[in-house]
Amino acid sequence: MLEIENVSRVFPARQGMFGKTEGVRALHEVSLSVRKGESFGLVGESGSGKTTLTRQILRLDTPTSGRILFEGEDMARLSPAALRALRAKVQIVFQDPYASLNPRMSVHDIVTEPMLIHRATLGLNRQQRTDRAAELLELVGLGPQHLYRHPHEFSGGQRQRICIARALAPGPSLVLLDEPTSALDVSVQAQVLNLLIELQQRLGLTYFFISHDLGVIRYICDRVALIYRGEIKEQGETQRLFDAPDSDYTRSLLAAMPPDIRRVGRQ
Amino acid sequence: MSALLDIRDLHLSMHSFEGAAKVLAGVSLSVEKRQIWGLVGETGCGKSLTGLSVSRLVRTPPAEYTGGQILLDGTDVLGLSEPQMRALRGRRVGMIFQDPTTNLNPAFRIGTQLIDVALAAARHDPSILGLDARAGRRARKAAARKLAINMLTEVGIPAAESRLDDYPHQFSGGMRQRVLIAMALIGRPGLLIADEPTTALDVSVQAQILTLLKQMVAAHDMGVVLITHNLGVVAQTCTHVAVMYAGTIVEKGPIAEVLADPAHPYTQALLRAIPDRSVARGQLQGLAGSVPNLIHPPPGCRFAPRCALARPSCLEGPPPLHTRAAGHEVACPVVEELQHA
Repeated sequence: MLEIENVSRVFPARQGMFGKTEGVRALHEVSLSVRKGESFGLVGESGSGKTTLTRQILRLDTPTSGRILFEGEDMARLSPAALRALRAKVQIVFQDPYASLNPRMSVHDIVTEPMLIHRATLGLNRQQRTDRAAELLELVGLGPQHLYRHPHEFSGGQRQRICIARALAPGPSLVLLDEPTSALDVSVQAQVLNLLIELQQRLGLTYFFISHDLGVIRYICDRVALIYRGEIKEQGETQRLFDAPDSDYTRSLLAAMPPDIRRVGRQ
Repeated sequence: MSALLDIRDLHLSMHSFEGAAKVLAGVSLSVEKRQIWGLVGETGCGKSLTGLSVSRLVRTPPAEYTGGQILLDGTDVLGLSEPQMRALRGRRVGMIFQDPTTNLNPAFRIGTQLIDVALAAARHDPSILGLDARAGRRARKAAARKLAINMLTEVGIPAAESRLDDYPHQFSGGMRQRVLIAMALIGRPGLLIADEPTTALDVSVQAQILTLLKQMVAAHDMGVVLITHNLGVVAQTCTHVAVMYAGTIVEKGPIAEVLADPAHPYTQALLRAIPDRSVARGQLQGLAGSVPNLIHPPPGCRFAPRCALARPSCLEGPPPLHTRAAGHEVACPVVEELQHA
C-alpha cells in the first residue's frame, strides 16, 4: 500500500542574518512498508523525525533522496492533477483537536470542506455532501444533530471525532494519525481508540499511527517501527518487538515505560 | 507525628457569570515526610487547584475558599497574609510545573535566576546560604552562586559551574526541568508540589526525572504531592495515591493497596481505560457520559450519574469514607455493602 524506500531528508545549512545554521539530517535512509488494512505504528521521541516523515508521505515536503510509493505509484512523479486525486486517498488526523478545527466554521462546513476540495474526484453535489457529512457524524458516534454547531461547543473527545469525520470525508484508504489521543484524558482516549478500531474494521482502512505512547501503540498496531534521530532502529510485529526487542534502543525505551498498572497491583 | 501537609475538608468555589462552580468539595489529604502522593484524575477534576491552594496561588476572587483548612506544619495557610505567604513559598513549599520552557525567563541566564531565588529564600532564612544575618551583599551573592552550583550538580547537570552562564534555550527539555527542580529545592522546602512535571517530556527523559524526584525525597526528607493524569507515572514513582473526580477524592491509600484492590467504581473505570499488556485490541473500556456540571453538581456522590452501581441513596448526601485496609479509604458505601453482602 505504502512503500517508503531509502528516504532521506536533509535540511541544508543556511547563511542567515544572525550567522550560519548547520545542516540537519532529519531522515536518513528510512525504509518502511505499510500493508493494506493494517495499523502501522511509528514510535519516536520528540525531534526523532516522526513529523518530517509524515510530511514526506503527505507530500507537503520533498525528500532529498529516496522514493515513496503509494499503491505502486511514485508520488514524486505524479502530475498535479493526479497528486490532487491521490490526496483524497491519504488523510490525516492531528494531535490537538483544539488547534486543528477552525472555530469560525460549523461542523457541517468543516466536514464538507474536503469533499468540496475533492469534488472533481468525488463528484458530490451540495445536497449529497451534506447528507454524507451527516452520515459521517453518525459513523463517528456524534449524530447529525451536531451538524450546525461550532467547535467550541464540543469536548476534546468529541472534537477529535469531528477531526476523524473530516479525515474520512473524501473516502481515504490510508489515514495518518499523528498522536490522535495524546491531548485526551485516558477514559476518552479509550473511546477514541475503540472508535478507530471499529472504523478500520468497517471501512477497511489502513492506519499509519504516530505516537510516543508505547501503551497505545501496543494496543492498536499490528507492526511498529522505532525511529531515533532520523533512523529506523527496529521494526517488526508489535508483539515480537515488545516481547523480544532486538536493539539496545528498543530495550532502553521499554525500560523507561511506566510499569503495567495491573501488574503493580498484583505484586 | 504531625503531618507535613494536612488538607482538611477543603471547599473551593469559582465565581463565574453562570454562578459559583463548586470545584473542590471536601478534599482531605495528609502528607508526611518521605511520602510521595500521586494526585490523579482527569482534566478539570481539581487536582491542580488542590496543589495551587497549598501555596495559595489561586486568585481570590474569582475563587473563594468556602470551608476547610490547609495545615502546613500545623499552620493554616488560608489564614495567612500575603507577605506571610511570600515568606513560605519556595521555603516551606516548592513547586514545579508542567512546562519547563515557560517557567524559566528566556532573557536571563539560569545562574541569575537560581541566585535570585536563593537570595530571596535567604531573606527569610539566612542559614540557607550558610552565612549569618550580618554578612554583606557580596558575600551573600557569592554564597548563593555556590549554592546554585551545588544544586545543579545535585540534580544531575554536568559541568554545573560553566552552565550557570547559559540561557534557558541552551538546555534540552529534560535539563530545563532539572534546573526547575534545582530552583524549587534551593530554599530547602519540606514539601514539594509537582504539577504534571513530566507531561511535556519523552518517556526516557520522564523516567530520569521521576528517578531524580525519588532521590531528592530520600536525600532531603521531603514530602511530595505529584499531580498527574497518568496512573503509570504514579505506579512508577509514588508511595501513595489519591484519585480525584469532579472536586472530590474518591479513593486514597498506599499505592500497592489501591492498585491491588481498587474499590471505587471510578478508580476501576480509570484503570480499565489504560492500554497495557493484558488488554486485547478493542477490549479497552472508555467511560460513558461526561463530567457533571459543577455549578449544579449532583447532590451526594458526584460520580453517581455515570456509575453502574448507583442507587437512589447515592444522591442523598456526600458519600462517607470507608476504611478498607490500613490507610486505604474509599468514598463509596455501595461497594462496601456489596463486599460484605
